[in-house]
Amino acid sequence: MLVLERVHTHYGAVEALQGVSIEVRKGEIVTLIGANGAGKTTLLMTICGSPQASSGRVIFEGEDITHLPTHEIMRRGLAVSPEGRRIFPELTVTENLQMGAFYASRREIEEGLEHVFTLFPRLRERSSQRGGTMSGGEQQMLAIGRSLMSRPRLLLLDEPTLGLAPMIISQIFDIIRTIREEGVTVFLVEQNAHQALQIADRGYVLENGRMVLSDTGPNLLANDGVRRAYLGA
Amino acid sequence: MADFLPQFTQQLINGLSLGAIYALIAIGYTMVYGIIGMINFAHGEIYMIGAYVSLVTLTALGAQSGVPLPIVLGAALLVSVVVTAGYGFAVERFAYRPLRGGPRLVPLISAIGMSILLQNYVALGQGARDVSVPQLIAGGIDIQMGEGYSVVLPYSRLAIICVTVVLMVALTLFIQYSRMGRACRACAQDMGMSNLLGIDTNRVISFTFMLGAILAAVGGMLIGLSVGRLSPFIGFIAGLKAFTAAVLGGIGSIPGAMLGGIVLGLAETFAAGYMPSQYKDVVAFSLLVLVLLFWPTGLLGKSRLEKV
Repeated sequence: MLVLERVHTHYGAVEALQGVSIEVRKGEIVTLIGANGAGKTTLLMTICGSPQASSGRVIFEGEDITHLPTHEIMRRGLAVSPEGRRIFPELTVTENLQMGAFYASRREIEEGLEHVFTLFPRLRERSSQRGGTMSGGEQQMLAIGRSLMSRPRLLLLDEPTLGLAPMIISQIFDIIRTIREEGVTVFLVEQNAHQALQIADRGYVLENGRMVLSDTGPNLLANDGVRRAYLGA
Repeated sequence: MADFLPQFTQQLINGLSLGAIYALIAIGYTMVYGIIGMINFAHGEIYMIGAYVSLVTLTALGAQSGVPLPIVLGAALLVSVVVTAGYGFAVERFAYRPLRGGPRLVPLISAIGMSILLQNYVALGQGARDVSVPQLIAGGIDIQMGEGYSVVLPYSRLAIICVTVVLMVALTLFIQYSRMGRACRACAQDMGMSNLLGIDTNRVISFTFMLGAILAAVGGMLIGLSVGRLSPFIGFIAGLKAFTAAVLGGIGSIPGAMLGGIVLGLAETFAAGYMPSQYKDVVAFSLLVLVLLFWPTGLLGKSRLEKV
């Protein structure tokens, strides 16, 4: 469904990704783990075309999207809940969600809202509240909900549990499972390696802009190097 | 003392209509600032172009007399709005967009260049001298205030106030409830995120410039009809005042631009009415300094809370 081939990405003179290749197949949950500054967010944002890869290819559903502008990539059936959630603080919860389905018809938007409110009953309660006034966990739910509004086939999640309380974290992971059961493929960037690998079919380990390991979720959980470096064992 | 009320009423109408014009222009400044954080110093020229386009259209239509006045005015308004929106679009597309992402000073200099270019372009095409605008909305309401005093409220000034009120209400509803209005607000808050949601942010920016130009064009046409003369240089001072109004109300805030325009128009008119009229600009800009001293973000501006 999604293939990255030897992708290099630069921020000015800094090479943040040094020839990274990954593959995400339809129906999977694939996780990308790595330390702070390893390039996880860069990789995710390169898929979105912001920044664009300086070499290599990004292929989504057979189409080369490497050099498409971001807004065109994001209309091809993938959606992102980015680092820091990036809720529109002055827009209400409903308005934030509506922004997630900008090109949809009125009916599709109504259906999308209903779908998101069913997944996150909390958002329905808060529907007319401004996004910026909500708690971190609620904002994360809103960010995921907003990304689901466009009915994506591939969902990109960047550290959806960062800074949240343990109880909320397990709620978020439950939701990710539910989303996959509804037929959405999930690419999950996480620092919370333990829980991410538990729900993932496969995982990749990124170090200093290079992919150092890839395996199934259970194998990575059992891998000594991964345990030492990312699981604190 | 007996002449207080008539004079006050007269000044009030003058002040409100002047303020309405400032508000119409100020919205263009504030919306563009809100969305891309730049001061479009060519916006005063857009207003001037709006006034000229309506004058040219009026002159062309006036040649065949016998056309009913509402149709003449409506046609002039329509042509002015469409053509001026085109100018607003073109200025952004060619003078600002290629420079986006660079240092903030660069588009500012480009804006000043654009302002000079447009002024001289109109001066070249239409002549640098004042031209007179036909007084199509003549007359006014004569109000007797007793003791022989009376006030005339010119229809042209009342038209400015009425049209502006209608446009402000329409704009507020549009920004609040329409899909494009929502996109404008979202882009103003987080352009990058809007882009990540599949929104072509360049189109939203172009739209903002065109919307600002439309309101300025309406203001330009109304002021031409009310004052009766135009010059290619009216945009400079009007733009400066409208910019002041936008800052006064809190730059980035649409209700702020409306309020700032009205406050500035009233302050200026009353200053000119009760003091030597040369003081009106002093009063206007002193007001700005005073407001910024006590409310650094303007009357309705919000201090941006940066959440870490």
